[in-house]
Amino acid sequence: MLEIKNLHVKLEDEDKQILKGVDLTVPAGEVHAIMGPNGSGKSTLSYVLSGRDGYAVTAGEAALDGQSLLEMEPEQRAAAGLFLAFQYPVEIPGVGNMTFLRTAVNAQRKARGEEELSAAEFLKLIRQKAATLKIDSEMLKRAVNVGFSGGEKKRNEILQMAMLEPSMCILDETDSGLDVDAMRLVADGVNALRRPDRSFLVITHYQRLLDHIRPDVVHIMADGRIVRSGGPELALEVEQNGYGDLLAEVG
Amino acid sequence: MADTAVLVAQVPTVEGKVRPGQAALAAHLDALDLPRGGFSRAARQDAAQRLEAMGLPGARDEYWRYTDPAPFNAARPEPLEFAADDATLFTAIDRLHLVFVDGRFDAAASDPLTAEGVEIESLAAADAGDDHWASGLYGRLEAAGQVPVKRPFAALNTLAAADGLLIRVTGQVARPVHITYRRSALDADVHLHHVVKLEEGAELTLLESGVLGARSNVVIEADLARGARLHHLSAKRAKDPKLGLGHIFARVGAEALFKSFTLSVNGAMMRNEAVIDIAGDDAVAHIAAAVLGDGNIGRFHHDDTVFVIHGAERCESRQVFKKVLKNGAEGIFQGKILVKPGAQKTDGYQISQGLLLDEGSQFLAKPELEIYADDVKCSHGSTTGALDETALFYLRSRGVPRERAIVLLVLSFLADALDEIEDTRLREDILGRLEDWLTERAGNPGKA
Ligand SMILES: Nc1ncnc2c1ncn2[C@@H]1O[C@H](COP(=O)(O)OP(=O)(O)OP(=O)(O)O)[C@@H](O)[C@H]1O
Ligand SMILES: [Mg+2]
Repeated sequence: MLEIKNLHVKLEDEDKQILKGVDLTVPAGEVHAIMGPNGSGKSTLSYVLSGRDGYAVTAGEAALDGQSLLEMEPEQRAAAGLFLAFQYPVEIPGVGNMTFLRTAVNAQRKARGEEELSAAEFLKLIRQKAATLKIDSEMLKRAVNVGFSGGEKKRNEILQMAMLEPSMCILDETDSGLDVDAMRLVADGVNALRRPDRSFLVITHYQRLLDHIRPDVVHIMADGRIVRSGGPELALEVEQNGYGDLLAEVG
Repeated sequence: MADTAVLVAQVPTVEGKVRPGQAALAAHLDALDLPRGGFSRAARQDAAQRLEAMGLPGARDEYWRYTDPAPFNAARPEPLEFAADDATLFTAIDRLHLVFVDGRFDAAASDPLTAEGVEIESLAAADAGDDHWASGLYGRLEAAGQVPVKRPFAALNTLAAADGLLIRVTGQVARPVHITYRRSALDADVHLHHVVKLEEGAELTLLESGVLGARSNVVIEADLARGARLHHLSAKRAKDPKLGLGHIFARVGAEALFKSFTLSVNGAMMRNEAVIDIAGDDAVAHIAAAVLGDGNIGRFHHDDTVFVIHGAERCESRQVFKKVLKNGAEGIFQGKILVKPGAQKTDGYQISQGLLLDEGSQFLAKPELEIYADDVKCSHGSTTGALDETALFYLRSRGVPRERAIVLLVLSFLADALDEIEDTRLREDILGRLEDWLTERAGNPGKA
């Protein structure tokens, strides 16, 4: 369960407030969606939760399964079960996708006091998960995200998520740049991971993804706050009417 | 004192005045025990004269702008502690192992000097005689490499080298020749001179590792005949601070392949110069280095100065230099590609990159192209930068601890240079050494 209370965040080096009191709770097993205009602070929220440098929390708190997140290093948050599928996955030339994932999986297992996976166990697991996401073994051998198409990068994010088995998955516009079939694959990948003890926070601009991944709650973020929350029908409303009316309502 | 030095002492002045470079030279030579030379005698005398004319470099010397020659000019090196020998590099590989202690060949510690397709002798032993195949090369490639820029320490080496290896390769030698350097004295001032001659179609892998002395000056002269292939790999030991000069003079014949890779880690004051003369058509010459410096272990200053000369048609050259610097470490790269008139279809490439792990470190690069042929493809690039914070965050967000993530990113930065090592076993060996060092240093920002 993710609990965010009154979260205020500004840029570290600039006098610019981006999050202005975010309140949000995602109970275990639920899928919540966040929609909102460009620049409203959705990615910032996901970065701050996962511990990226450059932001200063000026008030509020965030906890995962009762553990306070904001003091932790990014790798500790990951080991505690947090995962962020990036809006813009990062290319890392010279580091193989396999090496990267194996290092990540085993570092997390180690941090949790679990036994590390052997090379053979790892290989078996990744082959199986890659196959369901239609990621071929040639892609696994390449450097992390280097030379991947936009859609391939997003699928690679979901593969990482499947391998790392987090309890809290944040997906930042994983649907943007995906063709119809790839969107289906990604949605199926996410649905396959749904469990009573795993939650999802899906940031998206489009209703379409939410047809495939049924959210329990939809939140609207505007100007650094959650301004409305509701059921899946809220996403339809946004799709049809845009944000204009919604935002006018809340002032 | 041997008579070559006397010969130097006879002409101590230029225009009636002693120049600072010459005064330093006289003191320097006084402290050395100059060999008389057998087959090398003429070359040593020639080097003495050339050296006398050029003197030792001064701080105002354009070619020494970024590296202070003073510690190399000093008559004697400071005594330098060294760690016990625990060299494990290349030991798992089937190789012909040859050992030098304080710059002297140690036959008892070495494998027998016999292997199929190759003749090997120590310079000290061979130089007792007056006739030798190496007399056509010893000091000759060095002398040819003095134009257009003077390299006084290379001439000094030709004059003063007490030992080295003379390697003549006639066949395709499967086992690498591995030279291990060891120390026993605190203040050894080592001058080593290796001559490597590859006959037509011959092939050799030459490995160097270990630590030479309190101060070292090594020259390698390599002559590659048509179709010959030489792979050279040098990895200096990480444990001790070093004060070292290296020169490689290579002459690459038609269809020949020359590849050299150097790994340097830890506290060091080093300058490596290479002069690669691509003299025959369709030849290939690659020179690469991975350098890791931590200024907290000892002063770290590492200078690579490379001169690649294209004098023939359809040849390829590649220079790949990568330096990872932290805690005030300094990295220098001066690299030049000269394409002579008529060297058409030249493919010349040069990249030099510095990765600065903190603000106190610096990387300076001076890339140069000089092209006198019209149908060529030459490019060079140089970058200096810090770790990519976004990539670092991406790795950490997947649970990779910060220190491990930095190791991965540093290895990623070095990948192009490491790719220049063709042999996978050797590359893995070097990679292992690098990872160990990076992992050890990552959690250890203070003094070693
Ligand atoms: N490091 C930064 N430097 C400067 N401005 C920033 C930085 N990070 C975020 N911002 C600003 O904060 C605001 C929120 O950005 P954020 O990326 O969180 O928006 P978003 O809701 O994810 O938008 P989109 O829908 O376009 O992805 C924007 O105005 C953005 O320009
Ligand atoms: Mg965004």
